[in-house]
Amino acid sequence: MFGHLTEICLAILLLPLFSAIIVGISGRNMTIAGAHRITTLSVGVTFILSVLLAKSIFIDDFSTYNVNLYSWFSGRDIFPFAFHLGFMIDELSVVMLVMVSLISFLVHVYSIGYMSGDEGYKRFFAYIAFFTFAMYLLVLANNFLQLFIGWEGVGVASYLLIGFWFKKESAINGSLKAFLVNRVSDFGFILGLALIFSYVGSLDYQIIFANKLRLANHIINFGSIEISVITLVCLLIFWGAMGKSAQMPLHVWLPESMEGPTPISALIHAATMVTAGVFMVARMSPLFELSEVALSVILIIGATGALFMGLIAIVMNDIKRVVAYSTLSQLGYMMVAMGTSAYTVGIFHLITHACFKALLFLGAGSVIVAMHHEQDMTKMGGLRKYLPITYWTCFIGSLALVALPPFAGFYSKDMIIQAAKASNIFGAEYAYCCVLLGALVTAIYTFRAFFMTFHGKVEHENVQEPGFVITVPLIILAFLSIVIGFILFEPMLINNLLKEPIVTPLHNTLDSITSSFNGHLPFIGHAFGTKVFWLTWLGILIAFIFYYLYPNLPTFVSNRLSLIYSILNNKYGFDTLYEIIFVRSSKFFGDILTKIVDNLIIDFTLVDGLGVVTNKIGRLLSKLQTGLVSHYLSFMIVGTTLLFIWVILR
Amino acid sequence: MDIPLLSVLIWLPILGGVFVLSTGNIKQFDNRKISMLISFITVLLSLSLYSQYEQSHHLWQFKEILQWIPRVGINYELGVDGISILFVMLICFMTFVTILATWNSINHSVSQYLASMLILQGLLVGVFSSLNAILFYIFWEATLIPMYLIIGIWGSGNKIYAAQKFFIFTFFGSALFLAALIYLGVINNTFNMISFYSLKLEFFPQLIIFIAFLLGFAIKIPMWPVHTWLPHAHTEAPAGGSVILAAVLLKMGAYGFLRFSLPIVPDACNFFAWPMIILSLIAIVYIAFVALVQNDLKRLIAYSSISHMGFVTLGCFLIFLMYGESISAKALGLEGAIIIMISHGFISGALFLGVGFIYDRLHTRSIKELQGIANSMPIFSSFFMLFALANIGVPGTSGFVGEFMVILSAFQANVWIAFFAASTLFLSAAYTLWMYKRVIFGVAKSDSIVALADIHGMELVAFILLAFMVIWIGFYPAPIIEIMHTSIGNLLSIASTSKIV
Repeated sequence: MFGHLTEICLAILLLPLFSAIIVGISGRNMTIAGAHRITTLSVGVTFILSVLLAKSIFIDDFSTYNVNLYSWFSGRDIFPFAFHLGFMIDELSVVMLVMVSLISFLVHVYSIGYMSGDEGYKRFFAYIAFFTFAMYLLVLANNFLQLFIGWEGVGVASYLLIGFWFKKESAINGSLKAFLVNRVSDFGFILGLALIFSYVGSLDYQIIFANKLRLANHIINFGSIEISVITLVCLLIFWGAMGKSAQMPLHVWLPESMEGPTPISALIHAATMVTAGVFMVARMSPLFELSEVALSVILIIGATGALFMGLIAIVMNDIKRVVAYSTLSQLGYMMVAMGTSAYTVGIFHLITHACFKALLFLGAGSVIVAMHHEQDMTKMGGLRKYLPITYWTCFIGSLALVALPPFAGFYSKDMIIQAAKASNIFGAEYAYCCVLLGALVTAIYTFRAFFMTFHGKVEHENVQEPGFVITVPLIILAFLSIVIGFILFEPMLINNLLKEPIVTPLHNTLDSITSSFNGHLPFIGHAFGTKVFWLTWLGILIAFIFYYLYPNLPTFVSNRLSLIYSILNNKYGFDTLYEIIFVRSSKFFGDILTKIVDNLIIDFTLVDGLGVVTNKIGRLLSKLQTGLVSHYLSFMIVGTTLLFIWVILR
Repeated sequence: MDIPLLSVLIWLPILGGVFVLSTGNIKQFDNRKISMLISFITVLLSLSLYSQYEQSHHLWQFKEILQWIPRVGINYELGVDGISILFVMLICFMTFVTILATWNSINHSVSQYLASMLILQGLLVGVFSSLNAILFYIFWEATLIPMYLIIGIWGSGNKIYAAQKFFIFTFFGSALFLAALIYLGVINNTFNMISFYSLKLEFFPQLIIFIAFLLGFAIKIPMWPVHTWLPHAHTEAPAGGSVILAAVLLKMGAYGFLRFSLPIVPDACNFFAWPMIILSLIAIVYIAFVALVQNDLKRLIAYSSISHMGFVTLGCFLIFLMYGESISAKALGLEGAIIIMISHGFISGALFLGVGFIYDRLHTRSIKELQGIANSMPIFSSFFMLFALANIGVPGTSGFVGEFMVILSAFQANVWIAFFAASTLFLSAAYTLWMYKRVIFGVAKSDSIVALADIHGMELVAFILLAFMVIWIGFYPAPIIEIMHTSIGNLLSIASTSKIV
């Protein structure tokens, strides 16, 4: 088995790529069914292969497998390093791989139903297969170069898929915004890589880890500010993670990514791509461990997002936007875990979140299909009796999201809250308050959306449950949302399976929160004594009163609290601010540079002006040559006189 | 060596061009096919050049010498090293692709057009393989003539103004360049370029020579602020002319820096390193903003070219900020600069071709009049997307490789240089993708856009060839990077040694 790891990885990588290429270039030669069969089958196979890899790592107990596939280029004797493409198979990458391939496979199946009849059907499958390839490339990387290739690859796939319906103005604006915001964060990321490279001389993970103390021991001066290299490195690559994982203030692209098809929102903008930043921080945890400043920054930014993004979700009426803001909030939770050095907990939440958030998105998609592409929740209600399977699966998903025991979200989120409580890093108290209040907020917006969509006494015509390709993925994900926390809790946290990729924290929050664990029942039992448990119930109760018992109450309250309401409804004004600062001012700046500096000063005045002046001088001089002897004679007399005067005065 | 490959690569297209010109009006000769055949043969020959090139040492290869005016050391001397061989291959490839892609877009004086293209190709190979300064200069100036004709005859709009501006601007720069060459030749008793490298020069003459070189090269690249001829030339040139102009002609300037300024006057380069780097950064950042607000597709891509060329000059002069340091970081930046040039050849060529395809069909390049091309030209749009992403420097395309190398290297020289250089990540994305969005996406704006025919035949072949190069270099740049190593090492050791006695 071990000897074939490279081949397996290669197969995992290339199957989706080739299927994307085949579907992409086949054009009219391929049937609709052919397109989804090839891509779905190949992603399905990669799921099986990923499970095989997981088995060899977890059960057969292989140690970390690190291999270079081929070198991008090497320096020979000119420079002593080479850039590789290769694989690093360890617990972290395997866990991610299984999750990505599973969700991707389910989304492929789901899309067969969701996208049926769309004119870009084949293009869609080519894109998501390509996305899956890029995500594998990112996860399997054993060096930053390959990570970055995959990183941008998923960005491109996301860009193409958000703008999939390219006739829709909002979709192509959203895709452009997503790409540009991500590029702004890549700007920091690439500088971080350059900084690492200038100290370590390589981008291979293992070499970087081996030299991490060299980074820690150097200081850079920016004027009077001294900053250690490792802190700068961590802040820069976290800046990169902030774009992909949509942390404030670079989160603005994620809500607008909802203009893409819903399966994409589930796959890319909830389960996989947006968690790439979290994954990368976990991957680089040996570096982050050495910089308390960076950890604090992560903690504070994550906690702020966890609470304040959740608040926005309460006022959104578009069903997908609610789930999108919920994703922003949950990504904040994951970052809080990272900031408290409980990396394993963060990854654990990443996995459980992938299951229940994909479920909620796909459930929302099912509702949207049933409602004939209506996304406004105020026009829904009472869907419970029309869509029983969607209803029950979404119910499970909601329970998992609000983290009631024993659903998946409970295990991971409870651990994050405990980690924030136990941590002693700067900002931990603030983070603890945020995540605690966040639990209340989560419960409110989740059940608000749930009641608005499924309950109430609205009658619909011609609304029925979509076919089995849509409902089966829902049921599978619902099942996972119930059990995945229970299954993975002990192997991941208590036995700390991820210990090896994620070096034992100096700030050992994980041990302190797991040391008291003595079985699942007592663990669930302790939940009843925690603040978060009761806050969650309070939130559900509020949602129940406002959106189930007295549906007129929300309008009344929002009118009373119109200031707060409008702040939230405008998403704290980030969009407007960015529009003014970046979009308008760069166009203005560009206009000035073009019209005044380039066209007027340089081209017209200097360049053409030079021509004009030459021309003028020529004309002027040509006047001297009149051909009249009398003129020449007078010039001569003046000249000789001046010459005489000069000679005499000398 | 049996065949003088370089001479063949120069004279086969030139003579072929003369032949095409002379058979222009005879019906039996299909000049398009003849030209394509000739340029295809040169592509094959350039591949054989690559395969025979010995990578293990830096010495000049495929050398040819014919005596011309031996008394003053002016000879017909050719040769390539690991740097120039890449450009020779790029020229042959791009000319072939251009002839394919503009198969149907030139309607009058076809044989004259093809002849100009072929002659230009031969002259360009001459520029990049000359080892004698005077021969270099002759080829260098001669390239202006076919390009001047291509813009002036087959151009559009204000073509005469553009052609004259192009000619006078670049010719002006070269006059001082020639003066510097003559000075060097006279004190050296020969015009052999390699022997210039071992010439000892005092600091003041170095400064003068540097400035004379600078004017010639900076206008050609073009660097800010002597760049304003390029948008005019590109806008009015026919698609094929724009492709060759962007893909190859611009590289002559940077090649001049590599061949002349860096090794001959290293102390002056060192002295001027900071101003040059600042001009490069201005080109990268300032020009990106200018590109953002252009309404003419070709102007936009022309400005994008200037911005990318900023990276090239940055990579060339970064090495002087790391004067004492080991060779590795310097080599990374310099090789990165060369990779950008090669990759930009493919990418800007592809983008200009794409605009040409649109122009052939709709007779407009104005972004405001275009919208929703993806509806009727899906294949074109997919390829154009790839090239747009490559222009942005997305990893996995050739555009990324060089920029990445230069940024890594810049960081070791100075953090702030890297900071401004890296801003291209989002600036280039902004102008390229915003353009793409407005032109390709959306609802088809007019009936003529609805009725567009997708690319087919030769156009498609040209795009496939370019796409192949872009992706191949993106995922496996080793073949074109590693061939440079020994030559770059040699160049760096010359450029790091003071010439002052």
